[in-house]
Amino acid sequence: MNGKTRLPLTPVESFQARWLLVCALSVLLGVTLIARAVQLQVFNKQFLINQADARHLRTAKISANRGLITDRNGAPLAASMPVDSLWVSPQEIAQVPDQIPELAHATGLDASALARDITSNVENDFMYLRRQMNPADARAIADRGITGVHLLREYRRYYPAGEVSGHVVGFTNVDEVGQEGIEKAFDDWLRGRPGKKMVLRDRLGRVIEDVERLESPSPGRTVAASLDLRIQYLAYRELKAAVYANRALSASAVVLDAETGEVLAMVNQPSYNPNDRSQFVPARIRNRAITDMFEPGSSLKPLVIAAALESGRWQPDSRVDTSPGLIQVGNKVIEDKHNLGLIDLTTLLARSSNVGATKVAMSLPSEQLWSVLSRFGLGRVTSSGFEGESAGLLSHYKNWRPIAKATLAYGYGLSVTPLQLAQTYAVLAADGVMRPVSLLRVESAPIGRRVIEADNARAVVAMLEHVVAPDGTGIRASVPGYRVAGKTGTARKFAVGGYSTERYTAVFAGVAPASRPRLSVVVIVDEPRGGAYYGGDVAAPVFSKIVEGAMRILAIPPDNISPLQTAGAPAVTAANLP
Amino acid sequence: MILQRDGARESRLTGFARLLRWAHVDPPLLFGLVAIILFATIVLYSATGESLPLMRAHVGKVAVAFAALLFTANLDPVWMRRGAPFLYAGGVALLVLVLFTGDIAKGGQRWLDFGIRFQPSEILKLAVPLTLAGLMHERPLPPSFPMILLGLAIIAVPAGLIAVQPDLGTAVLIVLTGTTAIFLCGIGWRYIAGAAIAALAALPALWYVMHDYQRKRVLTLLDPQSDPLGAGYHIIQSKIAIGSGGFFGKGWLNGSQGQLEFLPERSTDFVFAVVAEEWGLMGAVALVSLYLFVVGRGTFIALTAPDTFTRMLAGTFTITFFFYVFINSAMVMGLLPVVGVPLPLVSTGGTSMVTLLAGFGILMSIQTHRKLGDAVRR
Repeated sequence: MNGKTRLPLTPVESFQARWLLVCALSVLLGVTLIARAVQLQVFNKQFLINQADARHLRTAKISANRGLITDRNGAPLAASMPVDSLWVSPQEIAQVPDQIPELAHATGLDASALARDITSNVENDFMYLRRQMNPADARAIADRGITGVHLLREYRRYYPAGEVSGHVVGFTNVDEVGQEGIEKAFDDWLRGRPGKKMVLRDRLGRVIEDVERLESPSPGRTVAASLDLRIQYLAYRELKAAVYANRALSASAVVLDAETGEVLAMVNQPSYNPNDRSQFVPARIRNRAITDMFEPGSSLKPLVIAAALESGRWQPDSRVDTSPGLIQVGNKVIEDKHNLGLIDLTTLLARSSNVGATKVAMSLPSEQLWSVLSRFGLGRVTSSGFEGESAGLLSHYKNWRPIAKATLAYGYGLSVTPLQLAQTYAVLAADGVMRPVSLLRVESAPIGRRVIEADNARAVVAMLEHVVAPDGTGIRASVPGYRVAGKTGTARKFAVGGYSTERYTAVFAGVAPASRPRLSVVVIVDEPRGGAYYGGDVAAPVFSKIVEGAMRILAIPPDNISPLQTAGAPAVTAANLP
Repeated sequence: MILQRDGARESRLTGFARLLRWAHVDPPLLFGLVAIILFATIVLYSATGESLPLMRAHVGKVAVAFAALLFTANLDPVWMRRGAPFLYAGGVALLVLVLFTGDIAKGGQRWLDFGIRFQPSEILKLAVPLTLAGLMHERPLPPSFPMILLGLAIIAVPAGLIAVQPDLGTAVLIVLTGTTAIFLCGIGWRYIAGAAIAALAALPALWYVMHDYQRKRVLTLLDPQSDPLGAGYHIIQSKIAIGSGGFFGKGWLNGSQGQLEFLPERSTDFVFAVVAEEWGLMGAVALVSLYLFVVGRGTFIALTAPDTFTRMLAGTFTITFFFYVFINSAMVMGLLPVVGVPLPLVSTGGTSMVTLLAGFGILMSIQTHRKLGDAVRR
């Protein structure tokens, strides 16, 4: 073959030359493919794995059960029930708008309103449809297979005792955060810590699989309230009946265990059912027993007498001349209903003499009187721990006007809450020792703080027994089989331009059984408009019924059964005989 | 062939090999195809979300495709050469028909329904190389300029009809097939250089005739993150699926991108991503190796083919097959724009499986009829 002459290639040679070129190109492309695969699967692997996880893996919340609230005996007052909330992804259902009417029909929502909501949230992935449904109903809707409709397990608070314990227990909002009462005061304790889990989700956001549990939820702890649900029911029933019978504006009752400081019952009228959010109006949800102040009227007199005994200037058998049934202090005249003449301190309380109390108070140094009242807890919030509790009003003695000491003597010019008043009577019941008020059950009696001498406390209780006597103002507070001690109060309400002569607060505060006091009970009825308005007529009967039931519930032995008394004979005839 | 020995070669053939020889089946090619299809079936069970109806359809299609393979393997290449112009004319007629009456699926008019639905464009994938090879057969090579123009016209008519459906992917494949055939028949380098320059010059013009969605796909290739929820979605999800598979893969039925439906078209155009995610780099390389084995066998058949017609035909089919594989996997890996080209022999749907195996049947026919033809001529 001559090297200088180019011979044409034969077809086969030509084909093979082309073929070699094609093969070289193919190998090049093949190498490109493999290189790309290696680049993605070896060098970019971790980045792309993270990208994949970011698409499939989500951290989801595991709801934690909120703690139970029980009464002192373990009866449930608040419990969390599993419920399902129905939600929709507006993004997804917007793809199939013809399913919106079906969804509206299933959930009972207005179709055009739902369509509007979906349109305005179309960028979002989450929108509640109905919250806190019965799980079976929610499941039935979710199973219809409407695009983007899902369930969310939540818990809903249920209050078995309803309106009876509503003010004490309080309630949570829809997200189970405490808003009122124990639910709010002890929210940290009740609230569980939600757990976390890793879930696998598909493109539509459906959870396919739980991958792993990152953090277990820890359920909230149980709170045992100090309430005794039986006494609470009783107090509620009696108070409600009294409000109805006397056409009163409102009312409160508090039962304290004097030995431990626990609140065994705390009820108010009007009340509300915490299971029904439509009843959540301020006038109904307010726990008047701790938020509302009132002038205690004559029910304060025992504290004045206690201060007198503490001063040493007065003895239980000291006498005071109330003639002629009135006294002028400054430019104000203070009157009794009748001229009682020369009376001892017991009669002063039993007949509720304003003149006598004024004279006793005037004889005491302001500082001493203020000091005793202050030690009784007036003007300071109790240790209930509730938010919104009122401190009452007790101005400092240095700011007292000349007449202040006189009006204080019969319970005007200062304000207390029902709980504060119950606390002061609990001090009298506990031989002069004050124990912190508690809305939680306490395992053993807390160490108290001495307020007055034990002898003086016992003396005042003994005097108060005579209030609940045939010639006392509080005879209707008497309890068959038990000696009780207490004090009536009928305070005129302060209105524009002075004290009203038509609107009153009727009070009865007392302790039982008088021989060895265990309970301090306060009943306040605000603005009775049924004719009767004296504390002894309106509040005392409620006190009687609450104490009568509570004595039996607490299995406190009767201290007033005469050997002569036979079954069926009215116990009241035997009561308070010398 | 492997079993051929000196001496008593007939008597030493096993019964199965004798059956294959009788059926004009080429054993190495058959092995490669069966291996790919078996692997594909396992992958598809996962990629279809374990859907039994889809799997039944797939198996049925495989059966039809093997029947087509047996049919073409037993056709003498001489008959193919003679029948090619008629097949071509029929295919073009159907393409015209589909423009007016075809079913619309996924935004294009591509389907005809004659009891069974099929895409007429599939016929042209076979008819164009057959016609071109027949045209060049027993003519002086390299071909004259008028012959080249005629060849280009044979390519352009069906490619244009398919492009307006619009099915850009198939049109591009037909152009590639045809130009490969012309290239293999030995046209002069100056034509090739001229064509390359013309093609480059035509790129801007092409940009203006493309549909908006096609332009978007090209732009998306350059920057997928520009529209991550729209046009870039396919590529982003696919790259994530492949890359997160890593070296060993996530395991069969365990590919999260595929199983959780983040990966679009996972049993059709993007099935390669499922392979790479669940079987890892190993699975991807194994599949590509099987393809290369098939391509290698096709190369051997083309190089040893007895005449221009069979040589061009075998070469064109083999190269076209490789193009299919390359275009699809490059698209899935984000190297080429998203065009609707399935992964040959693996993707479900469409009629390409039947066309492909019919094409491999032609390769087998060329291989198995050669000795008989030579013997007759001798």
